[in-house]
Amino acid sequence: MNDRTPETASTVTRRGVLTTSAVGAAAAALPAPVLAAGKPEPARSVPTMPVTLKVNGRTRELELDPRVTLLDALREHLSLTGTKKGCDHGQCGACTVIVNGRRINSCLTLAAMHDGDAVTTIEGLGTPDKLHPMQAAFVKHDGYQCGYCTPGQICSAVSTIAEIKEGIPSHVSGDLTVKPQMTVTEMRERMSGNICRCGAYSNIIDAMSEVAGIDQGGVDA
Amino acid sequence: MKAFTFERAHSPADAAAKAVATPGSTFIAGGTNLLDLMKLQIETPRHLIDVNRLGLDKIEGVDGGGVRIGALVRNTDLAADARVRKDYGVLSRALLAGASGQLRNKATTAGNLLQRTRCPYFYDTNQACNKRKPGSGCAAIGGFNRNLAIMGTSEACIATQPSDMAVAMRVLDAGVETVKPDGTTRTIPIADFHRLPGDTPNIETNLIPGEFITAVTLPKPIGGTHIYQKVRDRASYAFALISVAAVVQPDGRGRFAFGGLAHKPWRVEAAERLSGAKEIAGTVLAGAKTTPQNAFKVPLVERTLGAVLAEAKG
Ligand SMILES: Cc1cc2nc3c(=O)[nH]c(=O)nc-3n(C[C@H](O)[C@H](O)[C@H](O)COP(=O)(O)OP(=O)(O)OC[C@H]3O[C@@H](n4cnc5c(N)ncnc54)[C@H](O)[C@@H]3O)c2cc1C
Ligand code: SF4
Ligand code: FES
Ligand code: FES
Repeated sequence: MNDRTPETASTVTRRGVLTTSAVGAAAAALPAPVLAAGKPEPARSVPTMPVTLKVNGRTRELELDPRVTLLDALREHLSLTGTKKGCDHGQCGACTVIVNGRRINSCLTLAAMHDGDAVTTIEGLGTPDKLHPMQAAFVKHDGYQCGYCTPGQICSAVSTIAEIKEGIPSHVSGDLTVKPQMTVTEMRERMSGNICRCGAYSNIIDAMSEVAGIDQGGVDA
Repeated sequence: MKAFTFERAHSPADAAAKAVATPGSTFIAGGTNLLDLMKLQIETPRHLIDVNRLGLDKIEGVDGGGVRIGALVRNTDLAADARVRKDYGVLSRALLAGASGQLRNKATTAGNLLQRTRCPYFYDTNQACNKRKPGSGCAAIGGFNRNLAIMGTSEACIATQPSDMAVAMRVLDAGVETVKPDGTTRTIPIADFHRLPGDTPNIETNLIPGEFITAVTLPKPIGGTHIYQKVRDRASYAFALISVAAVVQPDGRGRFAFGGLAHKPWRVEAAERLSGAKEIAGTVLAGAKTTPQNAFKVPLVERTLGAVLAEAKG
């Protein structure tokens, strides 16, 4: 029997819950004595930190626990829920945002590491009345089904085209000493960090091709 | 994640000194490996030292013709550097074969070298793992070990070092420049940087506690054809089963380093005096210790090397 009173149970802090979330599901199923044997460390309280982010052109001042990832800062503290949490481990790309002009996985970086940085999220690329060309192309080509991976796909797609233009090579670039070409093969390789469970890949490539000005004509597909 | 405090280092020497001054300190660079492991409570630092703003993000030529790569140069920038693309193509290729565009934009040179194994039992805190919890045993030996090491293994651990970049660094004879907590500096040859697991698989490199990497140096270019051939379960965004980093000269002689085989990039210089994939692979893999699941790596090394040699011939 669980001998904890509702009062003690309710003293569990949000931070305490967060720190044990990785084992939370398993621990919840265990009887209380086993939990005690696992001697959970008392939650350590650490000071919060001031963090300033320039998000979508607006300066935002936050006071954060150092553990807060850039992803959680955007979603939980700034209510910018366009950026999605898929895996939280750098494996899916749903959390892709553009920081100081480069796309990164916002789940694998701390907000505190980005003090003063400029962050562009899906909300900052365009607005419902004035879509970014990549957003418009995704709509036109049905570059999604459920839409969960889409904000990350779009941020990544915008950066992919910029990276090719900048001359950054990829795994499929032929000659390293010349600028990479704007091709479907290049775009596909560079989009491999964005997973889509609905399998909208071919429509995503169609949308990107339109923005990049590539006439696919069946080549490469 | 366990709670931690966070501070920014002011210089490389300051970073090293801070790391020993506060118990439980760890450096954070890109964070793409460390935060992944912290979320799973495989790494539980009590204090993070952010080393991102130390100006170590430059790639410079050095006297004698080599290059010096700052420890914080991002993988994307290193792969895209004009000099690296021209003279050290194998390094660009290895970087571009790893991770994803987003991760390469964040991952750093030092962090990449120090990334930890992808052994599935290391990642599962419910399993025995001598690397994660010394003395607890090794669930991989006798477990699911298809992608684990066949060279230089021990009774304690059969994990591999997963970095693609490190394999190219090994074939190029890179040096790892560091500063120690007492302020002294040294250069560790890449061959001596990563350790074999032995009885202490939890100790992965020969860095001393608090020692901070400032740069990686490459000796002057050696010419030749540069190839990085990575064999993996899918065409992109997957770790290597095995990989071959090669620099092959017009006379067919070359240097070869291998990934996916061991707890460090695997290179056997004696094999480089031989010719032909069969002979070279035979010497490189002398003493291999395979399991039924990973024995496929032996013929795969020979065949991949054969493909590399054929490609180098053009
Ligand atoms: C989904 C996914 C797929 C991946 N695929 C590949 C792949 O195919 N091939 C591949 O090679 N890699 C792959 N990686 C790993 C990736 O390359 C590493 O995570 C990255 O290189 C680590 O660099 P970082 O700067 O982010 O390191 P961090 O996570 O910041 O640090 C890693 C370690 O290095 C230490 N450290 C960092 N800088 C220094 C310094 N200057 N001096 C001393 N210690 C330091 C830190 O304390 C930490 O222990 C993948 C990662 C993910 C998440
Ligand atoms: S092989 Fe090494 S890392 Fe994997 S479970 Fe065994 S000890 Fe741990
Ligand atoms: S949520 Fe960041 S990569 Fe999946
Ligand atoms: S649209 Fe559903 S995951 Fe991509």
